[in-house]
Amino acid sequence: MIDALWPSRRIPLAWLLLTRQPGRLLVALCGISFAGILMFLQLGFRDGLFDASVTLHKRFDADLVMVSPRTMSSIAMASFPRRRLVQAMADPQVLSTTPVHWNFLLWRNPQTRTTRSILALGFEPGDALFVDPGLAEKTQVLSQRGRVLFDSLSRPEFGPIPQWWRQGRTIDTEVDGTRVRVAGLVELGPSFGADGNMLTSSETFQQLMPNLPAGSIELGLIRLEPGADPNAVSRRLRQRLPADVALYTKKGFEEFEKNYWRSSTAIGYIFTLGAGMGFVVGCVIVYQILHSDVSDHLPEYATLMAMGYPLPQLLGVVAREGLLLALFGYVPAWLAGLGLYTLIRNGTKLPVAMDNERSLLVFAMILTMCLGSALMAMRKLGDADPAEIF
Amino acid sequence: MVSSTPTVPRPPASPPSRPKPPAPEPTLRLAGLSHWFGKGANRRQVLDQLDLSIAPGEVVLLTGPSGCGKTTLLTLVGALRQVMAGSVQLFGHELHGAGRRQRQLLRRQIGMIFQGHNLLRCLSAEQNVQMGADLLPGLGYRARRDRAREWLRAVGLGDHLAHRPHDLSGGQKQRVAIARALAAQPRLLLADEPTAALDSRTGREVVELLRGLARDQGCSVLMVTHDPRILDVADRLLRMEDGRLWETELEGASLGGSVR
Repeated sequence: MIDALWPSRRIPLAWLLLTRQPGRLLVALCGISFAGILMFLQLGFRDGLFDASVTLHKRFDADLVMVSPRTMSSIAMASFPRRRLVQAMADPQVLSTTPVHWNFLLWRNPQTRTTRSILALGFEPGDALFVDPGLAEKTQVLSQRGRVLFDSLSRPEFGPIPQWWRQGRTIDTEVDGTRVRVAGLVELGPSFGADGNMLTSSETFQQLMPNLPAGSIELGLIRLEPGADPNAVSRRLRQRLPADVALYTKKGFEEFEKNYWRSSTAIGYIFTLGAGMGFVVGCVIVYQILHSDVSDHLPEYATLMAMGYPLPQLLGVVAREGLLLALFGYVPAWLAGLGLYTLIRNGTKLPVAMDNERSLLVFAMILTMCLGSALMAMRKLGDADPAEIF
Repeated sequence: MVSSTPTVPRPPASPPSRPKPPAPEPTLRLAGLSHWFGKGANRRQVLDQLDLSIAPGEVVLLTGPSGCGKTTLLTLVGALRQVMAGSVQLFGHELHGAGRRQRQLLRRQIGMIFQGHNLLRCLSAEQNVQMGADLLPGLGYRARRDRAREWLRAVGLGDHLAHRPHDLSGGQKQRVAIARALAAQPRLLLADEPTAALDSRTGREVVELLRGLARDQGCSVLMVTHDPRILDVADRLLRMEDGRLWETELEGASLGGSVR
């Protein structure tokens, strides 16, 4: 049966060569797994930190996002005419829009009286802002002037607002010199750019920033008809609207923000370097193993050549050894990565999880590492001269 | 049989093929084969104008002092080395000027038995022999495995199939090596002092086994040996000295006295 399906079946030489010395194989697999775990950890930290930069972005209730083309990141949002968002409504597949004011304002800590920069979002309380319906309900209180919602996950430097609120105290403080009252708590979470967040109505926002040009906003959320293709609508709007706005899909907006932190800070570099170190360590280990394996078996390889086995077939044996090492080294690395991510998540609140993309990336790196090392070890096979064995 | 200088015109080259009913052409024919090592002033001739012909099924033993070029001759005949001057014809194919790929294909029809057994340490006896059988085209895995088992039985190791080389004695290892060489159905068997690592009784057994099995297959044998006790298994005896080859009288060389 197997014979018919697999006529070219041969003795699994690569497997037998590897398992001849189980101790050495175990050391090799430990080394490869260790390299894999190192890569998983470093890349996990990196992606976790980048994910933390879009905690707010992820919550927006939008299919498409409109920003100014001068906007580089969430810490420097440029403004654009609100008209453009209204114009976007002309597209038949656009369901609704939400204009949002976005700026950093100085929040006075009501306890210590020091000020600190907080991210303030201003919008019409009736409009949809976040995906989370619980948040939408809370925003109703903002229709009263001078009221703000405070992010209870903001850093403690902004004052003991959540505690005071739960104690039932009335919290009055100043934002950019204007008196405001905390009318409730929301849970958003700090990000890279913002240590804390607050929500308010457009009206209050304009009160806080009297110099704000009329009719300008920093962010436009666009929701589409169910089943509409965001990319297609985006292309259509792009053709119709002037060049003073830029359009992103929600995912694209998140990527745009992550990319800012990736390219303009050292964080990405540091962790990528860490992952690279893991890669190099792995390469050295696998090369060491394969090279000594080939050297040990050089007379045997030469014998096979003398028997009439072609060199490519023997190179294939070394390549298969590399492949086997990659497969058996990856599985424990993946499992250990899964466990470590859970530990990190519980310990640091960093959004680190095993995703397919990273699993594949690390697998690709381990595979490259093992096959690359196998390729290097193959050069040693060229030393096997069948004429020398007599 | 006496020393034969090639007088027959070279047959036209045809692609390597599997053994057919006894071919009229000799298995091996050397004509004016010379070889040198080194370059320039250090160039030293190791083989000097050798002529030799081995017929199918013939067992030829080659003796001579060490360093006289026996091993070099084996590597040339075994298609392991490029021919420099003269002609080496294997099964009618000229080796002089043959490419790496052609030599590799021709090697599949040559069985080789080495001084050390050169078995693969990570494989069992059966798997080692199957590495030889695996070279046969068009056979399924199971057929090749069965062939390996048959050959191990033929060399008397039918109950040692799963043993690794380090669990086998020297004689047993050499038998596995013979089985491996024969499992590929070679038309020429080259053996380099196959008895060197064996005691005299085992050595003799191994060589007689080798001769018997090779004869059954119609496979020619060229064996280098220093062992005077096994000379009588030969059809022809050659002596090599200073890169030259002489035909020796069997009776004279054989110390055992009784020749067949």
